[in-house]
Amino acid sequence: MKRMLKMYMEKPELAALLLLFLLIVLFQIRSGGVFLSLDNLRGFFGILPEMALVAIGVTVLMICGEFDLSVGAVFALMPMTMAVLMAMGIAFPLAFIAGVLVCVAIGFLNGFLTIRFAIPSFITTLGMMFVARSLTVVISGGFPPLLPADLPIWLFTSFVGPGQLLRMSFIWFVVIAVLVSLLLNRTNLGNWIRATGGFLPAADALGIPTARVKIACFILCSVLSGFAGLIQVLRLGSPLPSIGEGMELQAVAAAVIGGTALNGGVGAVLGGIIGVVLIRVIDNGLILSQVDANWFKFAIGALTIFAVVANSWLRKRAKAIKVEI
Amino acid sequence: MNGPIVSVKNLHKWYSGVHALRGVSVDFARNEAVGLIGDNGAGKSTLINILSGVQKQDEGRIFVEGKEATISSPRDSMRLGIETIYQYNSMVPTMSIARNLFIGREPIKYSLFGIGVLDMRKMRKESVQAIADVDLHLRSPDALVGELSGGQRQGVAIARAMHFKSKVMILDEPTNHLSVKETNKVIGFVRSLKEQNVTGIFISHNMHHVFESCDRVVAMARGQIVLDRRVSETSIDEVQSVL
Repeated sequence: MKRMLKMYMEKPELAALLLLFLLIVLFQIRSGGVFLSLDNLRGFFGILPEMALVAIGVTVLMICGEFDLSVGAVFALMPMTMAVLMAMGIAFPLAFIAGVLVCVAIGFLNGFLTIRFAIPSFITTLGMMFVARSLTVVISGGFPPLLPADLPIWLFTSFVGPGQLLRMSFIWFVVIAVLVSLLLNRTNLGNWIRATGGFLPAADALGIPTARVKIACFILCSVLSGFAGLIQVLRLGSPLPSIGEGMELQAVAAAVIGGTALNGGVGAVLGGIIGVVLIRVIDNGLILSQVDANWFKFAIGALTIFAVVANSWLRKRAKAIKVEI
Repeated sequence: MNGPIVSVKNLHKWYSGVHALRGVSVDFARNEAVGLIGDNGAGKSTLINILSGVQKQDEGRIFVEGKEATISSPRDSMRLGIETIYQYNSMVPTMSIARNLFIGREPIKYSLFGIGVLDMRKMRKESVQAIADVDLHLRSPDALVGELSGGQRQGVAIARAMHFKSKVMILDEPTNHLSVKETNKVIGFVRSLKEQNVTGIFISHNMHHVFESCDRVVAMARGQIVLDRRVSETSIDEVQSVL
């Protein structure tokens, strides 16, 4: 019993999950039952995958011990690259491949520069954030190109499922979340990612190719962000150069709220997702409860601090539970 | 099979102007426990780092079981059967015992380009066995290494080295920051290496620990070997006088 309690208290995503449950109950009451209505949930699940995909990448990268502040800019750059190429007459699949390659290149550069010159990824990716955002505006020429009419929207954003509750993007998100989660927990690469972020000198001494592991995480993070941006653009129907602004910090907040440690090694994909759901629930719930929407950022900020404090308190309590190892 | 298991010849290493190793040559015999002693900056860590693949020598040759060996990464060193246990601990505290035992050498079920699915059952089973083999009593291989005491961690590190059938085990200050009881346990490990046909290289500041557990003592000072004797033929005073 004690052992079980200890195990659950050590799960970093636990605090966030409890809070999520409480908030859902609260907003359901405050909004007079609108919060969990079909229409509201349809809107909620339609937007969720975009930020969740970004948070999955950021969570994995943070577990590996690095940061990426360029995700919001990549979120805009990838679909803009595709839109510009398609406006030049290039077919969707080719434009898609080109967009993904841009993300891979940015992720690789982020990782390579960080490791090769031993600078904090905070700085590398801060620079990359400005570069990628600027490129987005430059290639659009200030006027976002019109998207062709025959895009495979059915593959990404059409409503599916019972009651048309979900969009295709939700399926993409679930599949990707499960795959990345398995990668992290059930493969040797996942083991290396945790070791690299958990204690770099030991990982190096055990012969893990830590530089390549980190670069792979940077690339994964960039590609997922770009893909999420594409989904948003297809949902909105227009590639705006300003999408994804502020997303980088929300994604970090989501990861932290979900129990990912800032200095690496600890965290779970599920935690990052719970963090995103919490942020979305607060955003949506505040509006439905007719609270001034300007309180949103206040709530996210307070939540982030609260989550970290709660997690460290839980972990300390768990450590204090004496069970024989 | 009577030659030395590891033999280094005329090793040199410079660190931007500092001549850290000045032509070190030494043989380590099979099943021998050797204590490597020296003050800070004497070059013992440099020598160990070269053998474990963390650094590369600027000059000199290394022979393992009579064959010349190139060690340019920790992986090379492990492949040659040399396992190193560092003083700062070669474990990742945020990971479980079972995962720690197999970092970098995970048993895999299916794989593609070297990335594959972990055989978790095998990892758990073998880690329980490996830990029991070094007389360490832990109930669950899923406990985080961060929750273990310093001595238990060293025990797990030694269990790992044993499990992968290393021929040479380098222990870099394994008794630092340990309680007296745990220190005795680690010294016991070093003594028992011989029965397991493992050569032990035991680095320590503490002469008593070395004299208690080793067959031979090698002392280094200013990047050179200044003394190399059987423990039975020397004394703590003599070693101290040459350092």
